[in-house]
Amino acid sequence: MKHKKIVVFLLAAIGLLVLPLVLQGVGNAWVRIADMALLYVLLAVGLNIVVGYAGLLDLGYVAFFAIGAYMYGLLASPHLTESFEWFAAMFPNGLHSPIWVVIPVAAGLAAVFGVLLGAPTLRLRGDYLAIVTLGFGEIIRVFLNNLDHPVNITNGPKGMGQIDSLSFFGHSFGKSIEVAGYEINSVTLYYYLFLTLVVVSVVISHRLQLSRVGRAWMAIREDEIAAKAMGINTRNLKLSAFGMGATFGGVSGAMFASFQGFISPESFSLMESVMIVAMVVLGGIGHLPGVILGAVALSALPEVLRYVAAPLQSMTGGRLDASILRQLLIALAMISVMLLRPRGLWPAPEHGKSLPSTKS
Amino acid sequence: MDMPTFIQQIINGLVLGSVYALVALGYTMVYGIIGLINFAHGEVLMVGALTSWSIIGLMQDAMPGTPGWLMLLVSMLIACVVAAALNFAIEKLAYKPLRNSPRLAPLITAIGMSILLQTLAMIIWKPNYKPFPTLLPNVPYDVGGAVITFTQIMILGTTAMSLAVLMWLVNYTRLGRAMRATAENPRVAALMGVKPNVVISATFVIGAVLAAIAGVMWAANYGTVQHTMGFLPGLKAFTAAVFGGIGNLAGAVVGGVLLGLIESLGAGYIGPLTGGVLGSHYSDIFAFIVLIVVLTLRPSGLLGERVADRA
Repeated sequence: MKHKKIVVFLLAAIGLLVLPLVLQGVGNAWVRIADMALLYVLLAVGLNIVVGYAGLLDLGYVAFFAIGAYMYGLLASPHLTESFEWFAAMFPNGLHSPIWVVIPVAAGLAAVFGVLLGAPTLRLRGDYLAIVTLGFGEIIRVFLNNLDHPVNITNGPKGMGQIDSLSFFGHSFGKSIEVAGYEINSVTLYYYLFLTLVVVSVVISHRLQLSRVGRAWMAIREDEIAAKAMGINTRNLKLSAFGMGATFGGVSGAMFASFQGFISPESFSLMESVMIVAMVVLGGIGHLPGVILGAVALSALPEVLRYVAAPLQSMTGGRLDASILRQLLIALAMISVMLLRPRGLWPAPEHGKSLPSTKS
Repeated sequence: MDMPTFIQQIINGLVLGSVYALVALGYTMVYGIIGLINFAHGEVLMVGALTSWSIIGLMQDAMPGTPGWLMLLVSMLIACVVAAALNFAIEKLAYKPLRNSPRLAPLITAIGMSILLQTLAMIIWKPNYKPFPTLLPNVPYDVGGAVITFTQIMILGTTAMSLAVLMWLVNYTRLGRAMRATAENPRVAALMGVKPNVVISATFVIGAVLAAIAGVMWAANYGTVQHTMGFLPGLKAFTAAVFGGIGNLAGAVVGGVLLGLIESLGAGYIGPLTGGVLGSHYSDIFAFIVLIVVLTLRPSGLLGERVADRA
């Protein structure tokens, strides 16, 4: 039994490592899809801590994604040196921060925001919490959109461009490298970076779930008053859930910024938050394999279908273009999966799970 | 700022707020009865507005001489019927099968429905912005230096009438009593012979009619329709419903009107107050800032009952 598990694990690991090399042969666009899917997995795993473990429905999660992305954008694009003379005087060559600085700073900043935004919501329950977090997400987006005056911090709706690729021991992820005569593209390098981050985050998340903190979160999710009566400090634990979740969001935001090289407030709309919640719920809330499945399914599948769907597009005279078809598929998938499997595609085993809602 | 500008902002705020109030009622009624955030409600408003736009277009072609108010009225009635049928179908398809599922499941189908309806509307009506014809005489009336248009008067009047009808329906009819009973306690209501499915369907239909009226008025006031037009009023109206205390009808109206006033006054005054540092672009976030402050101080909304911590 144990043997079989190891074999499956090794096969999966090899498959994941070889995948981009195969996709690279077909076209870089496919590797990009895989990269984005991994980023969404990172986001979904982060949100799962807040929604899945602690049971706090957060509809503004994309705010932390945005904070990470803009933090990286400011640190690694010429925007600050162009806008502020004193800044240009301080760093004549611009800021080009290495990965070792970016990840902790993004994580820390997002965590601080997570706790800050979590603090006023502690007394709220369920849907009230959802709408307030949604409000926070929108507020952050509106600020990003408008903070180009009086002081140009975010460059407003135009967004920030020319963001550096991440660098790792002096080598930039933006350039391809050659290993034993085989060329590895920039997108493939990013794939390995994201895969590493996903593995690290899954391990952290899994260990958290089994820890004292994780059990406390689940106790709060099941019954907050009972949890409190058992001596759980619900305030600190809820804040730590928000902070932990935000950390993942911030890191993936920074990764997103360096991967795209361009960010604008449009990437951080409410729809994005909703999609991440949908990934978590669709996959199987609170269950890591399910969450990963949900994220991959909702991010990669429509993109893949988009490439397959070209004939359908010509059949309908261009009326159903690729992006419309993608939206249609996402919507149909969300509805039909929920109708057929209300607990998600790959739900957690029954024990220790919340009972079906008994509102009365 | 001077008096006329102040009055103007109040008028704009009331008009905006009355539309929010109508949509918020739909959210709050559904929430009160089945405890679901009907994310697709804004889309019902959009379908209502687009339907009425199509009907007006057809009528202008077929019967060019028809007076504007009649076209508006007819298109509004048809929009109400279409929206009601749509919301009825949405409930049967997407929410009813999930009534005993985990709480988040119907929320996800609601979001899915919202995306689906937007996409279908985009396919049916094309994605461009469409001008909504001016059908009512465009004469501004003078109110203490400020102006109010005939369309705005019509909006205030229609809202008042719709609210009166709704209040009568909820407070003085058999159906209204069944609805209140179900909202109070669905199991006991069912034991008393109330059919929960009928009540729930009726709630969705009433909510859709209100949303369609709001949609047509929104279109008449702002002059354009598009498939994404339901999103922002939907979001704001939901905010209004929570602001007033979700599940509470009077709360939805109070929340909607207050939200409209806050937004309009905020957008008008934030520029001068901050010396031009913050502009009216920030108007969209007043709603949320007020909401967060109110909920932090009063976690169950302005008029919401204080419920026990166990839902």
